[in-house]
Amino acid sequence: MSAAIEVEGATVRYGDVLALDEVSLTVAPGRVCGLLGTNGSGKSTLFKTLLGLVPADGTVRILGRTGAAARKEGLIGYVPQSEQVDWAFPVRVRDVVMMGRYGRMGPRRRPRAADREAVGRALERTRLTDLADRQIGALSGGQRKRAFIARAIAQESAVLLLDEPFAGVDKRSEATVTELLLQLRGEGHTLLVSTHDLAQVPHLCDEALLLQRRVLARGTPEQVLRPQVLMEAFGVHPEEEATWTS
Amino acid sequence: MDVLTGLAQWFAQPLQFEFVQRALLVSVVAGAVCAVLSCWMTLVGWSLMGDAVSHAVLPGVVLSYMFGLPFALGALVFGAGSVALIGAVNRTSRVKEDAVIGVVFTAMFALGLVMISRVPSQTDLGHILFGNVLGVSDSDIWQVLILAGVVLAAVWYKHRDLTLYAFDPVHAHSLGISPRLLETLLLGLLSVTVVVALQAVGIILVVAMVVVPGATAYLLTDRFERMLLISVAVAVAAAVTGVLASFHLDVSTGGSIVLAQAAAFALAYLFSPSHGLLRRRAPAPA
Repeated sequence: MSAAIEVEGATVRYGDVLALDEVSLTVAPGRVCGLLGTNGSGKSTLFKTLLGLVPADGTVRILGRTGAAARKEGLIGYVPQSEQVDWAFPVRVRDVVMMGRYGRMGPRRRPRAADREAVGRALERTRLTDLADRQIGALSGGQRKRAFIARAIAQESAVLLLDEPFAGVDKRSEATVTELLLQLRGEGHTLLVSTHDLAQVPHLCDEALLLQRRVLARGTPEQVLRPQVLMEAFGVHPEEEATWTS
Repeated sequence: MDVLTGLAQWFAQPLQFEFVQRALLVSVVAGAVCAVLSCWMTLVGWSLMGDAVSHAVLPGVVLSYMFGLPFALGALVFGAGSVALIGAVNRTSRVKEDAVIGVVFTAMFALGLVMISRVPSQTDLGHILFGNVLGVSDSDIWQVLILAGVVLAAVWYKHRDLTLYAFDPVHAHSLGISPRLLETLLLGLLSVTVVVALQAVGIILVVAMVVVPGATAYLLTDRFERMLLISVAVAVAAAVTGVLASFHLDVSTGGSIVLAQAAAFALAYLFSPSHGLLRRRAPAPA
């Protein structure tokens, strides 16, 4: 069986700046991989590489397909960082979730009954049904994250890329989001979750990868979260880090 | 004579004149089409692009007059051409996009000015720059109607994709829907729309028509469908008010239309129940 996510020797340069240096990564289907690293460590660049948004050396395969083929089939769901979303945009939660279905629609993107049902189910699973007609910015931090996860659920994507899903989310919503992600894993989805919130990693992730332009460590969360390894990447002790983010 | 009859008179009297009817037709159609597009312009943040395209069409308009071609033809070639040029220079130099836009559109506009001063002209520079909606020919009207139809049909067909592009181009890309293609479509529609509006308000004021109605509607609603409706309503009301006011007061028609739009924006800016400056401060949503 082919890996869900397979990156081989990915190297990305922005001008003279080396953003990713020979990064390789393999995630088997139905697993959750945590992507750890400081700001500027290349987490977002790795996502862009997986989405085919930056020119990269090396290869990307998603479920055995090329990136372009996987996108065409709607296999890759993407949950963006909060900073990348225009929260004042005049769309409702329901409209955003419906956008997950666009790849399955005709050129006019006119929703059919099956699309409306899929959106309804996704809203229900993320417990946003009552908020579906709100403007997207009129949600709390955790609800906003769930809205974009609902979009990926409606898309029925096999692979989910989540960029900092716990940033700007309070403790209780954090638990709700984690629970939701674990459910998705249970249904066979493969998740790549970037976070600098190390407290969530052992609970959520089957494996982890510590990035600092190149791969500093990979393995089980226990292996990656060893103090010596983290010292090198973050320059702080993990317990200290955990207290800062909670 | 009471106020109501006076008001009815104010509206009805100019309509006896055919040139007023024609001006109204062109202004309302152009206003409505621009208003539709202005919603996406506002959300994507392309106001400056509207300004650029409108100025850059000048050489095309002059050439059309020189060779007796429909004005829309030359304007379209130069509008789309300058958009492509802006894109190309932006990609291949380190200069930031707003500076590239500034360089390209002023160069094009200057070229038009130079050309016009060499053309033994029946072309009146004033009419091109400031519009001449009270003197539109049959051919002008047809060009406006056909191009307006083209834009509206394209928008009707692709409006959901355009909104997807404006809201989340990365998601579009991740679904295999090309943001690049949608951007090109939107820029193409902008070029055609600018040409439509030239007839009504002239080159200088076109940018208002593709920005102000959308910006006004954005202050009044959080729903995109309503934003479209409000934007069109604002533009149509401004077109009617502008044309009639310019008839009664004997002032610039294009100027009156744009002033009416600006007045609508000012009202929304101050008094919008949801986003106005003077709204009752409600607690921000959690």
